[in-house]
Amino acid sequence: MFDDKRTETAPGEPLLRVRNLRKHFPVGGGPFRRPPVAVKAIDDISFEIAQGEVVGLVGESGSGKTTVGRTILRLTEPTSGQILFDGQDVAALTPRQMRAQRKRMQIVFQDPDASLNPRETIRQAIGRALRIHRIGTGADREDRIVALLEQVGLSGDYIDRYPYEFSGGQRQRIGIARALAVEPEFIVADEPVSALDVSVQAQVINLMDDLTQRLNLTMLFIAHDLAVVEHISDRVIVMYLGKIMEIAPSQTLYDAPRHPYTRALMSAVPRPDPTIKRQRTLLQGDIPSPINPPSGCVFRSRCPSAGPECASIIPPLEQVGPGHYSACVKNRQFG
Amino acid sequence: MLQSHPDGPFVDPAATDVSDTAAALPPRRRGDGWRRAWRSMVRARWPIFALVILGLLVGAAIFGPTISPHDPNRQNIMLRLQPPMVRDSMGHVKFVLGSDGLGRDVLSRLLYGARISLLVGVTAIAIGGSLGVALGLISGYFGGWIDDVIMRLGDIQLAFPFVLMAIMFLVVLGPGVVNLIVVLGIGQWITYARIVRAQTFSLREKEFVEAARALGASHMSIMFVTILPNVIAPLTVIASFNIASVILAEAALSFLGLGVPPSVPTWGSMLAESRDQLIANKWWLAVFPGMAIVLTVLAFNIIGDWLRDFLDPRLKTNG
Repeated sequence: MFDDKRTETAPGEPLLRVRNLRKHFPVGGGPFRRPPVAVKAIDDISFEIAQGEVVGLVGESGSGKTTVGRTILRLTEPTSGQILFDGQDVAALTPRQMRAQRKRMQIVFQDPDASLNPRETIRQAIGRALRIHRIGTGADREDRIVALLEQVGLSGDYIDRYPYEFSGGQRQRIGIARALAVEPEFIVADEPVSALDVSVQAQVINLMDDLTQRLNLTMLFIAHDLAVVEHISDRVIVMYLGKIMEIAPSQTLYDAPRHPYTRALMSAVPRPDPTIKRQRTLLQGDIPSPINPPSGCVFRSRCPSAGPECASIIPPLEQVGPGHYSACVKNRQFG
Repeated sequence: MLQSHPDGPFVDPAATDVSDTAAALPPRRRGDGWRRAWRSMVRARWPIFALVILGLLVGAAIFGPTISPHDPNRQNIMLRLQPPMVRDSMGHVKFVLGSDGLGRDVLSRLLYGARISLLVGVTAIAIGGSLGVALGLISGYFGGWIDDVIMRLGDIQLAFPFVLMAIMFLVVLGPGVVNLIVVLGIGQWITYARIVRAQTFSLREKEFVEAARALGASHMSIMFVTILPNVIAPLTVIASFNIASVILAEAALSFLGLGVPPSVPTWGSMLAESRDQLIANKWWLAVFPGMAIVLTVLAFNIIGDWLRDFLDPRLKTNG
C-alpha cells in the first residue's frame, strides 16, 4: 500500500507499522436473541509511524480512532492484522512478553478525572509504574518521581497528594508523568486535552510538544479537533467509520486537503482571522452505524460530491502527492 | 479581546497551571499512620466512645472468668428468677443483674458469654467478608462464565434457608466452635460478593484501571491493589451490622446442638432462653444480653463508619 516514496520522506525508520488491522466487536447473540452482528470499529487500516515522529489521528466520535490507540497497546485485542513495533508483532506476543513490551509503549488518557486512582497518592501511582518494571529502589525512586513531576511542570512537593487535590490540567500532567515513568519510546495520547479548558489545553499541548522533542518520543496523538492536532503533529491520519480517508503531512493537509471528508472537517476549524472568506462545507446528519455501514465508500452517504460509482467501489488509499494519500474514487478530479 | 485575556490560547506551558494550589497548601507531611488515625478519631469523638466500649467487651472476654462473681453454670433453684439488685436478709446483693430460670447469675453468664459471642461474630464476618470480597472481585473483574458460575453458586445458596444449609454442613463436618465459625462465615459471603461485584463491574472500565493494565500490572495486582481500595468502603458499615445477625445465628445453631455445647454460655443462647420468661415479665433475662449485642454492633458500626470516612482521601477527617 505504501510505495518507496513514502519511506524516503519519513524522518527515520518506522518504529510502528500497522498492517491490515481490524477490530470487530460482536454485538448481541445468545439464546433467544437475534444472531450476533459485528461492529466494525476498525476495518482494515494500515499506517506507519517513524521513529521520533508525531502522528495525529483525527475523526468524529465513532470513527474508531480511540480503538486504534487501544488496540496498538493491546488494551483491546485486535480481530486480525499485524502491529509491528520495532519489527516485532505486538499482537502475537505472549502475556509475559507483553508485560515487558509495555515498558516501551505507554498511554495518556482523555479524562483526567478517571485516569488517576482516587485512593492513590502521586507517589503510589507513579511508584507503582516503577515497581512493576523494577526501575530504581527506595530513595532513588522518590528522586525519580520528584524529577518526573518537575519534568511535567509540577512541584515535587506534591508527591504525597491525592488526585482530588489537583485541577484538571494538573491531573493531566500527572497522567503524562506516569506514562513517562517507565521511559517509553512510544506514547499513545488518547484525546489528552479534550476534557480540559481551552487555556489549559494549550499548556498541556505545549508541554507534550516539548517533551516529545526533548525525550525523542514517538507519538500517536488522537483528537477530534483538527486545530489541536495541527500544532503538534508531523503527519495527520483522518479516519471515518473505521477506515482511513486521508494521510498527509500536517502542513499539506491543512493547506490542501484532498478528501471531501477532510475538506468538510477543515471548513469547521475556526480561524482567528475575520478577513478570510471561506466556503463552509456542512456535513448533513450523523455518522452512520458501524454495524451496517454504507456499501462502497463509507463516506458516500454524507459526501457532498458523491456519485453513483461510490456505492460500488471501495476506494483504496492512493498517493496524490509526496507522502499524501487519499481514499476517494474522485481523487483525480479533486487535484 | 483575545490579547487582553491573560489565559488566552498558547501561553507558555507551566506558566499559570502550576502555582494555584501550591500557594494555598503547605507540603503535606507524611505523618505516622496510627497517629493520624488517632487524631481523626479524637476529632470525630464518637469513635473514641466506640473504642472504650470495644475495650470493655474485649476485657470481659479475656478476664471474664477472673472477674465474674459466680460460676456461670452454678444452679440455685431456691434463688431462681431473682430480679436485679435484690438484697438478701443479710443486706448483700447476690445477683447484680438478676438470675435466670435455673438460678444462674446473669452477670457471670454475660461475662463468660462475651468470649464465644465476640469470637464467633468477628471471625465469622472476617471469613465471610474476605471470601465474599475475593469472589466478588474475581466475578466482577473477569465477568463471563466465571461470573456466571460464582453468582449462580450464590443464588443456589440463597435458595436454601440458612439454618438448613448450616445443619447440612455441620452434620457433615461435625459440631464444634471452629466449624460453626466457618459455616457462619460461608453463610455471609454472598452479600459481600454482590456489592463488590457490582462496583468492580463499573470500575474495571475506568481509565485508571486501563492505565494499570497499560503499565503491565497483573490481574491480581489490578484486582487487589487498584480496585479493592475503591470498593471496600460500604462494606465496613455492612459488616458491623452483620455481626449482630451472626451472633444470633450462633445461638440458633447451638440450640440445635450443632454449635457450642449448652454448658457454654453465649449471648445468643441467653436471649433464646429468655423467651419463655418474657411473658412473665422477667425482663432482665432479655435486656442484658440484648444490650450487650446492641453495644457490640453500635461500637463496630461507629468504627466502621469512621473507617469509611478515614479511608476516603476526599474527606478531610484524615488530616
